Amino acid sequence: MDALPYTTTVRPDTGLTSPKLGIWLFLASEVMLFGSLFSAYVLLRTGAPFWPDQSATLNVPLATLNTVILISSSVTMVMAWAGAASGKLSRYRLFMGLTLVGGALFLVVKVIEYSDKFSHGLYPSTNNFLALYFTLTGLHAIHVIAGMVVNAYLLGPGVRMWTRDHVRFTNRVEIAGIYWHFVDVVWIFLFPVLYLL
Amino acid sequence: MSAPAQTAHVVNVRGYLTVFLTLLVLTVVTVAVSSLNLTETATVAVAITIATVKASLVALFFMHLKGEKPMVFWPLALTAVLVVGLFVSLLFAEGDHLFGTKFGDAFGTAPTATQPASPKPQGGEGGGGSH
Repeated sequence: MDALPYTTTVRPDTGLTSPKLGIWLFLASEVMLFGSLFSAYVLLRTGAPFWPDQSATLNVPLATLNTVILISSSVTMVMAWAGAASGKLSRYRLFMGLTLVGGALFLVVKVIEYSDKFSHGLYPSTNNFLALYFTLTGLHAIHVIAGMVVNAYLLGPGVRMWTRDHVRFTNRVEIAGIYWHFVDVVWIFLFPVLYLL
Repeated sequence: MSAPAQTAHVVNVRGYLTVFLTLLVLTVVTVAVSSLNLTETATVAVAITIATVKASLVALFFMHLKGEKPMVFWPLALTAVLVVGLFVSLLFAEGDHLFGTKFGDAFGTAPTATQPASPKPQGGEGGGGSH
């Protein structure tokens, strides 16, 4: 474990810890991944002779609820980091737990939305809009699940690092948080583009 | 234990809650505006502007981009250029009926009656195998 350098000290040439630079490089690639799908959406929509009424096809109130849930889980995530950074374990546990609950609630609402579409015979193969809707929200949901796995580890077995190497643990929470907030940012764009416009 | 963590960013709970409330208000605004029956251009412009403001707030305060070291911003700047390029490139396919422009004319490749730019004398051989 000691073989990994610059997890707590700043690397002189980058001015950052290596995990911090790493997560931002990863998120840069994620921006291109989602960016390519967003541009596919724009291309297919502007080139289409007919486009379905999105807000009539999808459930705007449920999506608004999910927006509030994800924004709330973002603020609990940063509060969890704040708890870790100020050495308050109970506060960290409370807010990291709430972040996980937020992620789970988001997925529950997503499952309700998906099953409602399927029960009305609306599938990715139905039209280009639904193909884009399921691809973009499905990829986003996978990102939510991945973030929940990391957060669950940091709340469960990973918390042993709290006493062994507290600074490194706090940095881990910060890195996991930066990813989690990115998932929130993606949804902030998905919500208006898929549901409102 | 209360060991001070060597984190470069200051814990600011009050600031996080302010950002949280702002994000909630902007969510309500973006839903409200979308039901106003504005023109399509205005609806898109307002929705994307609000989303950009919300994303910026999350990035600056929750992701600690505010006060981050320069090395973080270089890859992000490159990414921003590439993303803009991704969307600008759509204009080559869709610019004609989005804005009424004719990129073909601008690049001298539009088929015209007089064939002004160096017509190939080989006839059928230069077509690259297309039918």
